[in-house]
Amino acid sequence: MSTATATAARHADVPASRRVFDWAPARTYIQAAIILIWCLAPFYWMIVTAFRDVGYTFDPTFFFTHVTFDNFATVFDESRGNHFAQNLINSLIVAGITTIISLIVGVFAAYALARLRFSGKSLVLGFILGASMFPGVALITPLFQLFTNIGWFGTYQALIIPSISFSLPLAVYTLTSFFREMPWELEESARIDGCTQGQAFRKVILPLAAPATFTTAILTFIGAWNEFLIASQLSVDATKTVTVAIASFAGAQPHQEPYTAVMAAGTIVTIPLVILVLIFQRKIVAGLTAGAVK
Amino acid sequence: MKTRKYLLPAAVAGVLAISLSACGGGGGGGGTQSGGGDAAANLDGRGPITYVTGKDNAAVQQPTVDRWNAAHPDQKVTLKEQTDKADQQHDDLVQHFQSKDPGYDLVTVDVVWTAEFAAKGWLQPLKDKMAVDTSALLPATVKAATYNNTLFAVPVHSDGGMLYYRKDLVPTPPKTWDEMMSMCSIAKSNKIGCYAGQFQKYEGLTVNAAEAINTFGGKIVDDAGKSTVNSAEAKEGLGKLVEAYKDGNIPTEGITFQEEQGRQAFEDGKLLFLRNWPYVYNLAKTDGSSKVKDSFAVAPLPGKDGPGASSLGGHSAAVSVYSKYKATALDFAKFLTEDEQQKFFALKGSLAPVKANIYTDAEIVAQAPYMPTLLTSIQNAVPRPVTPFYPGVTKAVQDNAYSALKGEKSVDQAIADMQAAIDAAK
Amino acid sequence: MSTEAPTPTSAKETLAGTHHMPGKESADRRQVTQGRWAYTLILPTLVLLGVVIVYPIINAIIMSFQKDSGLDPATGFFTEGGFAGFENYTHWLLQQCGSGPALGPCPPGTLGAQFWDAMSTTFFFTIVTVALETVLGFWMAVIMSRAFRGRALVRASVLVPWAIPTAVTAKLFFFMFAFEGIVNTLFGTQILWTGSEWPAKWAIIISDVWKTTPFMALLILAGLQLIPDEVYEAAKVDGASAWQRFTQITLPLVKPALMVAILFRTLDVLRMYDLPAIMTGGANNTTTLSILVVDQIRQGLNNASALSTITFIVIFLVAFIFVRFLGANAVDAATTGKK
Repeated sequence: MSTATATAARHADVPASRRVFDWAPARTYIQAAIILIWCLAPFYWMIVTAFRDVGYTFDPTFFFTHVTFDNFATVFDESRGNHFAQNLINSLIVAGITTIISLIVGVFAAYALARLRFSGKSLVLGFILGASMFPGVALITPLFQLFTNIGWFGTYQALIIPSISFSLPLAVYTLTSFFREMPWELEESARIDGCTQGQAFRKVILPLAAPATFTTAILTFIGAWNEFLIASQLSVDATKTVTVAIASFAGAQPHQEPYTAVMAAGTIVTIPLVILVLIFQRKIVAGLTAGAVK
Repeated sequence: MKTRKYLLPAAVAGVLAISLSACGGGGGGGGTQSGGGDAAANLDGRGPITYVTGKDNAAVQQPTVDRWNAAHPDQKVTLKEQTDKADQQHDDLVQHFQSKDPGYDLVTVDVVWTAEFAAKGWLQPLKDKMAVDTSALLPATVKAATYNNTLFAVPVHSDGGMLYYRKDLVPTPPKTWDEMMSMCSIAKSNKIGCYAGQFQKYEGLTVNAAEAINTFGGKIVDDAGKSTVNSAEAKEGLGKLVEAYKDGNIPTEGITFQEEQGRQAFEDGKLLFLRNWPYVYNLAKTDGSSKVKDSFAVAPLPGKDGPGASSLGGHSAAVSVYSKYKATALDFAKFLTEDEQQKFFALKGSLAPVKANIYTDAEIVAQAPYMPTLLTSIQNAVPRPVTPFYPGVTKAVQDNAYSALKGEKSVDQAIADMQAAIDAAK
Repeated sequence: MSTEAPTPTSAKETLAGTHHMPGKESADRRQVTQGRWAYTLILPTLVLLGVVIVYPIINAIIMSFQKDSGLDPATGFFTEGGFAGFENYTHWLLQQCGSGPALGPCPPGTLGAQFWDAMSTTFFFTIVTVALETVLGFWMAVIMSRAFRGRALVRASVLVPWAIPTAVTAKLFFFMFAFEGIVNTLFGTQILWTGSEWPAKWAIIISDVWKTTPFMALLILAGLQLIPDEVYEAAKVDGASAWQRFTQITLPLVKPALMVAILFRTLDVLRMYDLPAIMTGGANNTTTLSILVVDQIRQGLNNASALSTITFIVIFLVAFIFVRFLGANAVDAATTGKK
């Protein structure tokens, strides 16, 4: 928001004597349009398929044809053994808690790595990174045995804890790099200007850290939301997440691939996620950033 | 900063430090796959059990379980559904068996997993006190559930390939492979593809290559599990497929086909012949986009001089050695093969029965006219190799058959490599 | 909700941190106190990673020195394989199959025969996709950082590919790249996307780039947002061209974020599994190391552990090179940046 007004102001500053047509905004719009098409075209096809009658699954017509809501009904059809609403709640619980804990724990670690001096820092960084180097598929069997032994099989924590450890390396690395880049001197100068430490933090550091923290949160949340390997082996019916549920959709007949239902389910899990992010982006991050720096 | 160079030792040191604490409690899960539970224990055990099965496509399992529970209130069965993907079902079972889970009493196994699970000592041998009368079951299904001359699972559903053909263009279906190839001129004059099966490199290609090899008298492994694929018969069989692809009788895009792409091409009227499973029948009749609703029929797979040897699909129910209530588990498995249940599975779930008499039941034939044809197919079916090393064997077959189809190696070379790769898989 | 949680804690840290900063006396004692404080803050991270990641890795290393169970021909049951030495490792690295007198090169159609092919395929995918994603991601981030009407729409849309679960994406692209699929129909082509080597590789690359460019774009965008507008204004006043501003201001300032993004994408692509597994099943030379691991797990866990360990070491070396030579280390990059 603030940058928008700032740019507007900047353009207003340009003397009115400018004769030539300003191509800059047009170029931006053209490029933005290309980005939109690239990102949304496959998604469009996903939605078209999601709304298409299962009898026309393979029809390659580019536009909406044979539109039906049946696929969405199938996704929620309990008589076919689908409990998608429960799966959505489970995913929300797992991904939500994962994000919160990862961010808290990650902020601790990143702050220490970025702002404190201590020996063995590279050791710690190497160790954290080392966690993202092992093929995920090879983790399942040992984890299954571990969680079965301690009676955690089928619980939420058996899904959340691995999920946290998958997201932590990225969270720590991004937060650390952003914390290092932040102009902490501003905090000092704010205090010289008469702010209390709390005010300095709230008015200077928080807005600066918000976009980076928010980005990390999005990446963590989506990563956890999409986790499949661990959930497919360590969840039971009551804790099954959406990705596992989608993989278990079946056609009405053996060998029949339930493309339309899978695409409907994909649409159901994607759109709310995007809306959620959009709301957060507008209300919270924009709100925080609004008072920043300038 | 100088500290950078410590990254490597750092990670190693960190890993080692944690290892000490981790290994103390865990005891390490490695290398202890063999052994299994006690095959002599709990044979008379009766009580509540869990029946683990793949995704219930057509909602036929729960009603069946409910019927059993109504009659056996003290031996209730609980249904546990896995995902719809065979690989995930397999891995899920392996995980639970490895941790000796007594909660997986009766499990559904794909025909190709039986030997592996049996050899690991996870399945209760169905002999002596646990013996099952298999005389009423189709022989191929029993053979697929037998390892080392011992029955390890009760066949519950079967499956076999059939030849879908365009009856408007070919009034009488071909009986032999060569006859079918000679009819490809009809496809050419109609500007459509002639024949397709499943030729992408995945399990479907093993099914199709094994059919070609078995049909011409080859054998991938013998009863003792030894590789016997390097034979003139096997070369002839695979050679027929390769030749058909080279001639264009199998269209170029056939190499990308799984079941669904083949069905799509056939429903679009772009194929004269299609090898596929029974499920295509109803869909090709009812799909809105199907252009062949009234112009196709089914026949047994064409063979060398009679019906071809279909690969056998399907599932069996196996009792876990870790179960506490093996008597109940076995009774429920037998219950699944009773006529009433078999008929219900066929009518409601389009699942192929394991008993011959169901295929000719009037009510079933009225609803699924392909059933007698499917019976012929399954009566002539050959199980895919029954070996504990199935994952390695199927890879050896797929990889080499695929290379031969694409012309990257000769049929002779492919068969020789297949033999060597099967031997190396042990 | 997630953004609110960490703020009170970081407030406390900030207080503590600044409290230690200005002191000029006794650098040694300050370092000790900071060290203790730092490890307290890092401990939760280390514990979480230790349980979930380190235990399996150690487990795998131990198992990789055990033979896979073999079949006892007398009983037909599996028996334990015993100690293997480096046999499982030589199986992969030298592509040798069998044991004793039967030891020889792995025949085509075994997993062992595919090891080096899988290695080069994995690296090919990694280099091409990460390069494409970096360029595209940077471009998207720069556009998204501009102020224009509809920017929120673009930012939300960019998230879409990343937000769709991978299992769905893989199915979607498998479906789109089918011979009679929408891609061939729309462009009027007759390409066997999954049936020959280069189209198959490109289909996988396109799918992966589509799915994960947003990850790059978002991280780079967050980096761009840290740069105060004043810096650009000053450069403009000094008469710097757009290109100069990009190479001399944007690029160096975004570098830490960019490096983290590239590093993590590289580690991810090196472990790529879903897309090639679902789209081609590894046919036509699209088998990656992770596909090999999964296939081998079903054939023998101990040998699979050796392969996982090899993969781990390879990825480790790549990461090491990144950090050592390209300055992708969050700490070091920042330290040099600050002079």
